[in-house]
Amino acid sequence: MKSSVIVFPGSNCDRDIAVALEKMQFKNQMIWHKETKLPKSDLIVLPGGFSYGDYLRSGAIAGKSLIIDEVIKAANNGCLVLGICNGFQILTETGLLKGTLLRNKNLKFINKDIQVKVMNNETKFSNKYKKNEVLKINIAHNEGNFFTDDNHLRDLKENNLIAFKYCNEKGNVDDQSNPNGSLENIAGIYNSKKNILGMMPHPERMVDKLISNTDGINLFSSLLN
Amino acid sequence: MKFSITVTLKKDVLDPQGKVVQNTLVNLGMNLKNIRQGKYFEVEVEEKDQIKAEREVNEMCKKLLVNLIIEDFKINKI
Amino acid sequence: MKISNKIIESHGLNTQEFKDIKKLLKREPNLLELGIFSAMWNEHCSYKSSRLHLKKLPTRGKQVIQGPGENAGVIDIEDNDAIVFKIESHNHPSFIEPYQGAATGVGGILRDVFTMGARPIALLNSIHFGSPSHPKTKSLLNGVISGIGGYGNCIGIPTVAGETKFDETYNENNLVNAMAVGLVQKDKIFYSKAEGLNKSVVYVGSKTGRDGIHGASMASAEFDENTEEKKPTVQVGDPFTEKLLMEACLELMKDNSIISIQDMGAAGLTSSSVEMASKGSLGIELELDKVPCREENMTPYEMMLSESQERMLIILEDNKEKDAKKIFDKWDLDFVVIGKTTNTNNLTLKFNGKVEGEIPIEALATKAPIYDRKWVRKKILKKKIEFKNLKKIKIEDALLKILSSPNHSNKSWITNQYDQDVMCDTVQRSGSDAAIIRIHNKDKAIAVSVDSSANYCKSHPITGGKQIVCENWRNLISVGAKPLAITNCLNFGNPENENVMGEFAECLEGIKEACEFLNYPVVSGNVSFYNGTNKKNINPTPVIGGVGLINKLSKPMSHNFKKEQSVIILLGKTFGHLEQSCFLKENYSIIDGMPPEINFLNEKNNGENILKLIQNNLLLSVHDISSGGLIVALSEMSISSNYGIKIQKPKKLANLFEYFFGEDQGRYILEVDINNLTKTEKILKDNNIYYENIGFTQKDFFEIEGEIKISVKDLAKINNEWYNNY
Repeated sequence: MKSSVIVFPGSNCDRDIAVALEKMQFKNQMIWHKETKLPKSDLIVLPGGFSYGDYLRSGAIAGKSLIIDEVIKAANNGCLVLGICNGFQILTETGLLKGTLLRNKNLKFINKDIQVKVMNNETKFSNKYKKNEVLKINIAHNEGNFFTDDNHLRDLKENNLIAFKYCNEKGNVDDQSNPNGSLENIAGIYNSKKNILGMMPHPERMVDKLISNTDGINLFSSLLN
Repeated sequence: MKFSITVTLKKDVLDPQGKVVQNTLVNLGMNLKNIRQGKYFEVEVEEKDQIKAEREVNEMCKKLLVNLIIEDFKINKI
Repeated sequence: MKISNKIIESHGLNTQEFKDIKKLLKREPNLLELGIFSAMWNEHCSYKSSRLHLKKLPTRGKQVIQGPGENAGVIDIEDNDAIVFKIESHNHPSFIEPYQGAATGVGGILRDVFTMGARPIALLNSIHFGSPSHPKTKSLLNGVISGIGGYGNCIGIPTVAGETKFDETYNENNLVNAMAVGLVQKDKIFYSKAEGLNKSVVYVGSKTGRDGIHGASMASAEFDENTEEKKPTVQVGDPFTEKLLMEACLELMKDNSIISIQDMGAAGLTSSSVEMASKGSLGIELELDKVPCREENMTPYEMMLSESQERMLIILEDNKEKDAKKIFDKWDLDFVVIGKTTNTNNLTLKFNGKVEGEIPIEALATKAPIYDRKWVRKKILKKKIEFKNLKKIKIEDALLKILSSPNHSNKSWITNQYDQDVMCDTVQRSGSDAAIIRIHNKDKAIAVSVDSSANYCKSHPITGGKQIVCENWRNLISVGAKPLAITNCLNFGNPENENVMGEFAECLEGIKEACEFLNYPVVSGNVSFYNGTNKKNINPTPVIGGVGLINKLSKPMSHNFKKEQSVIILLGKTFGHLEQSCFLKENYSIIDGMPPEINFLNEKNNGENILKLIQNNLLLSVHDISSGGLIVALSEMSISSNYGIKIQKPKKLANLFEYFFGEDQGRYILEVDINNLTKTEKILKDNNIYYENIGFTQKDFFEIEGEIKISVKDLAKINNEWYNNY
């Protein structure tokens, strides 16, 4: 399976996702944001980091890159797109995903391992996970507080487009397990066609037992399935 | 009484955000010489005497809203 | 313009120094030249008060590729890999504007590392604040932590370890020491020595503004009531531009275009150009009208002294300009040829074709004054503490007082604000004895730790100096790493005060002895003097940053208990030294007394055998004993694991407080599976290591028979409160 990781000035989790993809046997290429053409890809990844320093608004400036038009075209043609952390922010700025990521409720950067629940295990990104499986996964962000309007929220719920929700070890979705104040503990969402996934936690940080755990592996295995 | 407070970076202080925003606008085909990013507040106070009210707003700026080391501010009655 | 005494003074120079300048130039300097001398001859750049003493430090070893004198130190970690590292202070700016002061401190130290060709892989920091009740402390704490996180997180380098301490000695002078560690191939290290005539001198990075003009001079001046007036000199950091600069430099370094490279740090364009030329015994000519400026109408004076961040100076090989510029264009950074190397041995500054200043390089670099400042040895206090007169307390209360104190409380509130996991090579994070960073794509790792003991250094500088090196060494041993070398940040008060200078000289004596004995040389470092306000100087605070190597990384060694019913071994003899202890300070506010003695033979023997035990997979967990003594170390092992202990009271020592809270050095706690006990004891016995089996791990309760029984959950709760409530 072929993947393309878009690298913006200030992206800094690009190497991490490339390492994870290659470990999972993807044929990966790194694409500089100034490119105007995307190679034929099965999966496009917008990595985590601080593209453009998060200046103005996180992801706002990256969202205006030349390459984004190609990403939008590919996404509309059904290509799989994965936006992680800053990548998720960029997806909302481009409109490929609705909603927005606001400043964390406690106004501080948070880096820790938290739990998320797999809300929909029937997508290209999640079919290797069990329904309601609880994953231990790393977050590292300043603006991870997902917010959207009532219409979109209803749409997300009715069409099973919520990918992950923050929860505790037992799988209970509650206030205490919400690290950043996200609306209804939402940690990741799909678009209506379910070919685009935006998520705040970092699955690429969870593929190596020595460093953390391997709860992220099944996201990549699902894609290869 | 309502006031607006505009907070800007002092003249010689680096504005990393303004720099990036300027380059992006230029890349989008816009024409501009310079842009600096600041903050804007609107505050409503109970005090009815304008001079006293402005003094209060001034206090707010000095005590909290403005980083006097690197920022300037302007108060305007709305 | 006539140079008045007032102008000389405002440049931080004294009348003798001005006379020396006139002698070297054979004439009076103009204002531009005076400014340049003031930047190069101030304490921060010239080390004039410290050089004589620093010379005594051991800087060599089989493992040392580059010692002090370059942008950072370099050590060999085998397999063509090398580690580049250094620690630096940014104290005075952090007091004035804590966020930007701390942020630019991180930025500066990162540049020192990647300028040598190393990709930074870890950040550490040692930060010290005044008493929590002091009105400035809270905002300084918040500002510094936000600044460190804001810069490090944005540039994408994990901040993996550090220490945060509070003491009223820092009330008006907080300390921010930032350390960076980078990875480089041994045959791809870049140095700052300029070579070759007529080579292009290239300016890359951010444009130059009026930031920090005379910042280097500010760092060399004490604070007084007029400090507030110095405000405009604080620089604003731009971590995004630094990320671009780092990637562009590392990309350019892939081939052979760069002859030499140095970052523009303190004293910006001045120090970088002078130091590069001096090392290469060359002259350098700059055309200042070519310098990319952010502000209009900047003068040569401003350009030479500006401390605008995120800039580098490169001496480039012939015919490489076009390709090099392409790389910097890709990353949207300025790349301008602003001068060339010459054989005049002068720093020649031209502006619009006219020579505005000309100074012999050596006058600035090597002819800076060296002061042999008067110093006195610390008098040993004969005052003994009368323990029997102290108010009676329970062991449990004494312990909880320590665990709930700001200096011993759980620091997750801080460390959760730093991204520790970016780059996906962090094997062990903050909260351990040392952090462990895997060498990318390899089976080996480095361990890093940063340590200080200002109270020991204050009470007996020589012993304090020895102790901090030993403690840092022990922290690396405790995670299974072979300690290789250190960087040091020496934070002291006014060197013109003979007591302060004595503290400096004696701490260095102690550091020297310990480094020599342990084969743990100093490869880089920084001196920060004048940390004082209105004649009150801070306690001597030398900070040691150490790096060790773990050759074959299987499972990291950590200090959290792994299971119940393991044997707990106390390694090293306990004499019960309570003077200068955390116990006395927190429970009785007593800060008198001598620090504990260092026995180098025991330190070395104990440490080397612990490494042996770890390498033979005989240990479940290891923790070194430091501030707070045995009981605090045991608490830390419990709190981090949720396993408790069951310890008997010591049979020999009568005074329980001495046993449990004494801060005797060279000791460790080992957790050993009962099946490995015999093998472990044999190694200890064969190597003449004193040890005691003091008890077992157990579920739920932290128990010392007859003295304490408290649930580990409660212990953890008390330990976790302070920062959240502050």
